Amino acid sequence: MKEGKSVRLPKKSLKTRMRQHWQLYLILAPAVIYLLIFNYAPLYGLIIAFKDYKPYLGYLDSPFVGFDNFIRFFNSNKFGQVLPNTVILSFYSLLASFPFPIILALCLNYIPSLRFKKLVQNITYAPYFISTVVLVSMLSIFFSQSGGLVNNIREAMGLERILYMGNPEAFRHMYVWSGVWQTVGWSSIIYFASLANVDESLHEAAIVDGATILQRIRYIDLPTIKPVIVTLFILNTGKLMSIGFEKAYLMQNSLNMEASEIISTYVYKIGLLSQQYSYSTAIDLFNALINLILIFSVNAISRKLSETSIW
Amino acid sequence: MRRKCIQDRIFLICNTVLAILFLAVCFYPLWFILIASFSSPGMVSSGDVWIVPKGITLDGYQMMLGKSEIWRGYANTILYTVVGTLINLLFTITAGYALSRKTLPLRGAINIFFLVTMFINGGLIPTYLLMNSLHLVDTFAIMVLMGGVNVWNFIICRTFFETSIPVEVIEAAKIDGSSELKIFARIVLPLSKAILAVMTLFFAVGHWNGYYNALVYLRKESRYPLQLVLRNLLLTTKLSPEASDSGMDQLLNLQSMKYGVIVVASVPVLILYPFIQKHFVKGVMVGAIKG
Repeated sequence: MKEGKSVRLPKKSLKTRMRQHWQLYLILAPAVIYLLIFNYAPLYGLIIAFKDYKPYLGYLDSPFVGFDNFIRFFNSNKFGQVLPNTVILSFYSLLASFPFPIILALCLNYIPSLRFKKLVQNITYAPYFISTVVLVSMLSIFFSQSGGLVNNIREAMGLERILYMGNPEAFRHMYVWSGVWQTVGWSSIIYFASLANVDESLHEAAIVDGATILQRIRYIDLPTIKPVIVTLFILNTGKLMSIGFEKAYLMQNSLNMEASEIISTYVYKIGLLSQQYSYSTAIDLFNALINLILIFSVNAISRKLSETSIW
Repeated sequence: MRRKCIQDRIFLICNTVLAILFLAVCFYPLWFILIASFSSPGMVSSGDVWIVPKGITLDGYQMMLGKSEIWRGYANTILYTVVGTLINLLFTITAGYALSRKTLPLRGAINIFFLVTMFINGGLIPTYLLMNSLHLVDTFAIMVLMGGVNVWNFIICRTFFETSIPVEVIEAAKIDGSSELKIFARIVLPLSKAILAVMTLFFAVGHWNGYYNALVYLRKESRYPLQLVLRNLLLTTKLSPEASDSGMDQLLNLQSMKYGVIVVASVPVLILYPFIQKHFVKGVMVGAIKG
């Protein structure tokens, strides 16, 4: 049947084949039209990064300034602040949040009681469903200087109370570890499910040979889920520079700004709040380019090192 | 088979301890907020409330009843979530199905057309300016349209249809004379309840919890979704114009209300999730298979 098809197909022109599938194109149309308007059309607006955009002149008639906006950003004193802040926060976040879901999945995999396993899974998934606003509110409650849980404990231990929410040094730790808390369970699902695909006979053979559980984890489980680990690592790296506006913006205040001002929050402020459209678009574009370069290079490196890549 | 050496026994004990630790760390902050919402604010801030509520009171919840902006935000959010999720499903499921069909001409090119949007987009300002010129800023429409096609979820759907709907079923229906639309509506959708459930959850949670689109695109407070109302209420340290009218009185009220507000805002999602939780693994795993 397959052979018959491949012989028949070339006879029909693309046009005929497309006409035969018009109903599929019909149900595809809403999404395509949506993407054209909401994702592709704004790309045209990126030209204002190279212009001195004035709303009354429009995209085309605004004066062309070349790379001036970019140069202005590189020379501004904000550059030395927001770029390191973004990079540090991203890498810290990536590194801290990567191992724990794997550990949790391995841990779950060796829990003998099915009910206990289900309980741990369901509870650890729950924080994922909490909104960023609620998460940051919870942070400000638990770390509040007056009457916050953490400071109550500090006081009981004879330490002084600290204004965590307004502390630039605490910002990154709070940002990153609250993220670990929120996503550890959810991110473990994928590892846990891949562990379920490990060939049972390997484990049986290893047990017969007298391997301990730790040895089985090291020589059977980890190698089996390695491709999943690598793939997720690449994907997460691709998101590095797009690190969340939502949480950073909510956690920001005038006291911790030196650590909490990242590219996305800065773009929002100078773009929408101070309406420096061209300048902020240039910064945003610069950020997006770094992102693209990152994901392509990590993908290339990983293809070389481990023969796993996402495309 | 059940011979266990000492090392394995030690491992299993440590493992159980570790699991309990994960459990406790994830559970306790949520539990604390819940018990604090029923406790007297004074006892909460003096550190007397630990495991069970103390000085039980419903004052916080009662005070919330009088806050009309919370309930208006609630109503707005429900509306945005329901309509927005329907739009998301309409766009994503249909596109996922159409592109899962291997016989579709230009399939590869259209796929790339979708995937490119994951890596390249106009960014905040160009998108905002376009929405502005389309007169969508500060409208109901923008709140339900933004993020209408989620490419990541589209990939999950497409992979689901590719792997879970046998081609033979579709071919058989075609031979019986069913049109493509009929096949999709009568055969494919009924076989896809699991993915519909997962997608509904993903999209609904996204709409319920998001505040970014509202922050960027909404001006009128009467349109604010719950999360933006919460942000203005709970995180008043922001020196934003919205927060400037909050006097000392309001701050004191807030102390007793904030736990309850958090509970009320999070409960709908946390209630929804046990029903759909059995589909999670499927949804996440399908997405993990290469796009």
